[in-house]
Amino acid sequence: MQPFAFERPATPAAAVRAVAAARGSSALASPAQYLAGGTTLLDLMKLDVMRPQTVVDINGLGEGALGRIEATPAGLRLGALVRMADAAEHPAVGRDCPMIAQSLKLAASQQIRNMASLGGNVLQRTRCTYFRDVSYAACNKRSPGSGCAAMDGFNRDHAVLGTSERCIATYPGDFAQALIALDARVEIMGAGGTRTIPFATLHRRPGDTPELETTLRPGDMIAGFQVTLAPWMRRSLYLKVRDRESYEFALASAAVALDIRAGQVADARIALGGVATVPWRAKEAEAALRGRPIDDPTLDAAAKAAFAPARTHADNAFKVSLGQRTLIRALREAAATQI
Amino acid sequence: MTARDHRVSRPGSSRREFLMVGASTVAAPALARAATESPRAAPTDPRAPVAMTLDINGHDQRVALDARTTLLDALREHLGLTGVKKGCDHGQCGACTVLLGDRRVLSCLTLAASAQGRPVTTIEGLAKPDGELHPMQQAFIDQDAFQCGYCTPGQILSAVACINEGYAGNDGDIREYMSGNLCRCAAYPNIVSAIKQAKRTMATAATGSGQ
Repeated sequence: MQPFAFERPATPAAAVRAVAAARGSSALASPAQYLAGGTTLLDLMKLDVMRPQTVVDINGLGEGALGRIEATPAGLRLGALVRMADAAEHPAVGRDCPMIAQSLKLAASQQIRNMASLGGNVLQRTRCTYFRDVSYAACNKRSPGSGCAAMDGFNRDHAVLGTSERCIATYPGDFAQALIALDARVEIMGAGGTRTIPFATLHRRPGDTPELETTLRPGDMIAGFQVTLAPWMRRSLYLKVRDRESYEFALASAAVALDIRAGQVADARIALGGVATVPWRAKEAEAALRGRPIDDPTLDAAAKAAFAPARTHADNAFKVSLGQRTLIRALREAAATQI
Repeated sequence: MTARDHRVSRPGSSRREFLMVGASTVAAPALARAATESPRAAPTDPRAPVAMTLDINGHDQRVALDARTTLLDALREHLGLTGVKKGCDHGQCGACTVLLGDRRVLSCLTLAASAQGRPVTTIEGLAKPDGELHPMQQAFIDQDAFQCGYCTPGQILSAVACINEGYAGNDGDIREYMSGNLCRCAAYPNIVSAIKQAKRTMATAATGSGQ
């Protein structure tokens, strides 16, 4: 690990000033980084993948809105410094939108859920071996322009949706799938003040610049998430398929919510994990469900629509059928849920 | 048990004692230097030690450490509490689990400096001062819940938290909520048995003391 200056600012505004002062070329490349749970940052610093010169510890800032969950009839506001375990166990979260609670409970281990913040969780970086191991010279995400060792390497875990010629690294998180499915909004504190953006615009597809990952600007700090909920979103779930039953990243996952009226789908929300480079909303699959009953032909059409743009590599072609079957099973289970 | 107690009670660990003496010789002047600097001066030289106070097993420990020092390394290398184990050092195995406040966390992914202000409990702090083992420690012995023992301190602290969190209701819950602690010897069935035994004794102890 490279040496760094350690700072513990007393207020959120002071934290933003401390990171913004470093004037990074991008949020990820900034020489100053926020430290919350540390489960991604410290791991990647030990691996020499991230080398901040200043670490700004924001764990002391959870007393106010940053550390609170607010539940109203209209929805939820989740502070960015709320720990994953606390959000997973919050009664209103589990009751009003099971998809959110399940996406958190099925992630990592209880130790990591106790540590990791919600804001940090959505910014969790890929588990791509070639990104995490600096002995591989070729990684466009780590060293822009160096190439991609995964393209012709062992790419069983890699993405089939949202890929580019430069990068096929999978976005590893679970909670983000729930947020993008629910049209959540992100509160961001930055050098220019506070703003709110759609969660769907937080992450960038790799394209020609896989090193950027998000639309955050240097100094930006996620303050919280706003989720507008409808009563039908109680019929929601997060289904995660992985190599072992617990404490593992998704090979394929689906966050689904169904509004079923008179036997037909009035509305649907679908996001897919483990298969894409970013949190992945499957609007084509949602459209394939609307106005139809949940039956085999409809489910099949939705699953095909979701993976129509898939591009596979040598070891990950199985993710198309696995992802489709995961989605179909999730939709079946959600449809059978009594609310 | 403090670091000093540990040294006295384990006179046979000569290599460790040698290393600790070496470390404390280096640490003492570093602490003195850090104490004379203002708190804002530290960030100017990232290699300057950070003076910090850690609350470990009920005792305040004042140390001056490189900012990069994890809580795991602070405990093992600077405070002599070698019960906490370094397995993967990347948050994948759970061997380094300690309690921070009443929560189980991974000490390998926690900076020592970030742990200031919150009480840390390690395996050394679990038994009573008279040496009577915590019900979970006793249960691990009774149920033969380990072979090599390397993962055991982390397993025991995680198991105590698992019960306190209310996730030890059935075997499935125990397995799910203990999944962050890997056991290469695969003592899992006996670990589940130990947690079930300790859950009963902890409940009895709590009732008996009127809590």
